[in-house]
Amino acid sequence: MSEGLYSMEAKDYDKTLDLTKIKPYGDTMNDGKVQLSFTLPVPCGAEAVEAAKQLLKKMGLENPSVVFYKELTEGFTFFNCYGSCVHTVNYSDIYVPKVESNVMDMYETDKYIKENIGRKIVIVGASTGTDAHTVGIDAVMNMKGYAGHYGLERYEMIEAYNLGSQVPNEEFIAKGLELHADALLVSQTVTQKDVHIQNMTQFIELMEAEGLRDKMICCCGGARVTHELAKELGFDAGFGMNTYADDVASFIAQEMVKRGMK
Amino acid sequence: MQSKLGLDFNKVEYARGLAKNIAEDVQAFVEQYTTVAVERTLARLMGIDGVDENAVPLPNVVVDAVKDKGVLGEGVLFFIANAMMQTGLNPQQIAEKVAAGELDITKVVTRDPQRIAATLQLVIDESMNRIRTRRARREHYLETIGEGPKPYLYIIVATGNIYEDVVQAQAGARQGADVIAVIRTTGQSLLDYVPYGATTEGFGGTFATQENFRIMRKALDEVGEEQGRYIRLCNYCSGLCMPEIAIMGAFEGLDVMLNDALYGILFRDINMQRTLIDQYMSRIINGFAGVIINTGEDNYLTTADAVEAAHTVLASDLINEQLALMAGLKEEQMGLGHAFEMDPMLENGFLLELAQAQMTREIFPKATLKYMPPTKFMTGNIFRGHIQDALFNMIGIWTHQGIQLLGMPTEAIHTPFMSDRYLSIENAKYIFNNMKSIGEEMQFVEGGICRNRAKEVLDNTTKLLEEIVKEGLFTALEKGIFGDVKRPKNGGKGLAGVTMKGANYLNPFVELMKGKR
Repeated sequence: MSEGLYSMEAKDYDKTLDLTKIKPYGDTMNDGKVQLSFTLPVPCGAEAVEAAKQLLKKMGLENPSVVFYKELTEGFTFFNCYGSCVHTVNYSDIYVPKVESNVMDMYETDKYIKENIGRKIVIVGASTGTDAHTVGIDAVMNMKGYAGHYGLERYEMIEAYNLGSQVPNEEFIAKGLELHADALLVSQTVTQKDVHIQNMTQFIELMEAEGLRDKMICCCGGARVTHELAKELGFDAGFGMNTYADDVASFIAQEMVKRGMK
Repeated sequence: MQSKLGLDFNKVEYARGLAKNIAEDVQAFVEQYTTVAVERTLARLMGIDGVDENAVPLPNVVVDAVKDKGVLGEGVLFFIANAMMQTGLNPQQIAEKVAAGELDITKVVTRDPQRIAATLQLVIDESMNRIRTRRARREHYLETIGEGPKPYLYIIVATGNIYEDVVQAQAGARQGADVIAVIRTTGQSLLDYVPYGATTEGFGGTFATQENFRIMRKALDEVGEEQGRYIRLCNYCSGLCMPEIAIMGAFEGLDVMLNDALYGILFRDINMQRTLIDQYMSRIINGFAGVIINTGEDNYLTTADAVEAAHTVLASDLINEQLALMAGLKEEQMGLGHAFEMDPMLENGFLLELAQAQMTREIFPKATLKYMPPTKFMTGNIFRGHIQDALFNMIGIWTHQGIQLLGMPTEAIHTPFMSDRYLSIENAKYIFNNMKSIGEEMQFVEGGICRNRAKEVLDNTTKLLEEIVKEGLFTALEKGIFGDVKRPKNGGKGLAGVTMKGANYLNPFVELMKGKR
């Protein structure tokens, strides 16, 4: 099962890094090594292993190697595999839209708001639609924050309202109006069957229908949210993995200044 | 019992006494009221089931008919009994007539309790026997094919489609799972009715319906017989239909039910009065049906810090224990919740977790404790996540937990793949076997980190309970004492379904079921 692991065969490929043609790195430049695991809906056996290898080849993985396999239940076999990827991508050509703001910590943001806006800014957040999870919005808004990053409630210059979970978009927007929100934060944790996309789309449509889209800064967040997705759906910014209250607060403060919102 | 942690059991008993005071205060309130969910439960105990032409469940139709006349406080049994005497029909036929708009059941012919009791007796006996038969069936399985050792391995299925759930559940059972939990679809806890029939569409889970319960029970019995091990079925009754889902579970042979008002109040914003009243009836049913209840204290640590807020978990467990005892639940049926949720980067965090798990074990020696895996600090790094779950499993076997909710390396990414469950079960079985007797071999040094931690948590718990005794549970919840979440007494969902019991109110099942079997 482990053929190839300790291969002595000569590595007859170019071992210099070329950013226009990058491929995965195992332990040698351009070896293309990829590890993956998956389940096939077939009984365990030599045919199953062969099927897995053929699949790897179709994925563009040379020298496919099945290092472990096990029948999970009758008719389903699990594989751990390795292979060398034949494909490359041009790294030097890549452009990814990012949130364009300087990330400041809480004290810097508070100071920035005092100096540039001169009043407390109002941020209203919720886990909207059917989503019952508050973990994301809490991480950003709760006083304590998350992983050492204080939440918006602790900011001196931010009035933060966390409406909790399962807030219908209509109610959320109405509350935003009532509180004179400068920015609305939509949190989405559940992504099954793209329910988060439907819900966020509906939110933006409602904002537009009410003529509010330009009056408030709209941000969304969640483990499966990216800035690119957010922009595509019509938000001003999206905050995904490894972003915290700092990122959100700095963006909103700077965006308000940019737009002349006072 | 000698405490391995050097716990002062006098202090534990003092804390338990405080929790009892708090629970008695809640109980005095609860007993004066009924709710639409309790009344629908009684309608179901009368054998009323099915839906009308608009897919409204008939128990809702009947209860709403009574509520619309403003006489819900008299209870549905009073009106059903009267309708039975007037029409000669059985409760199901009466419900169908109400749905068709052909019968007003609020017309009263008698208030004589003896005549009413006599009218209901046959139907009551039938329902009671139905539940007893189910319980006997489980006990027969346990005596014949037996069960896996504790901690039971608990896994979830969450495809949204009950038939796909069956495939996943049977696969999990074959890999070694002892408890299969069918996660409910997002938002079901906020529905004020229970959907009807088999369902194949759900978000993040599958509707809890009586038919879905039946389908899964049958599948688990099949795989249990094949594997020579009884497989328990878990579902969730917390939410606006708490006692209703409990009775459906009792009818269909469920073994474990999430059954926690505090969870619904804090994390689903359900009105506290409503759900505490519902909880009482649902726990009476679960007690009678031999169902293990699970409580949701572990969730506090997903919003509050797991080190700072550990005492809120213990305080809530103590209150939940007392509320459960008042509903006649045996200690063995109490799956009190706690969790392994500290930041994995914390120095000696393992020791703090170990101390708390051992402490919980010693404070609730008979309970089938529910131990929840890391979720808050699961990051998408599946490789580290698998190790976090391994540390969690070590504590599970070390401290003899009752139900080990298996963590998945892919937590925070997707609902588990079949292979995720395999890896998690393998992880747990490896550790449970390899470290089987570690709890008997190891001691905690005097003055060490573990003993100090347990003492600290217990002391903080006592202080917190003293505060709650002073102001009562309702006020404490309004102040955000658990999970840093604040809930107003008259806020949240479902308060409109609460009614004070009237002069003719009748619920003989409390007497028949509470603390009985």
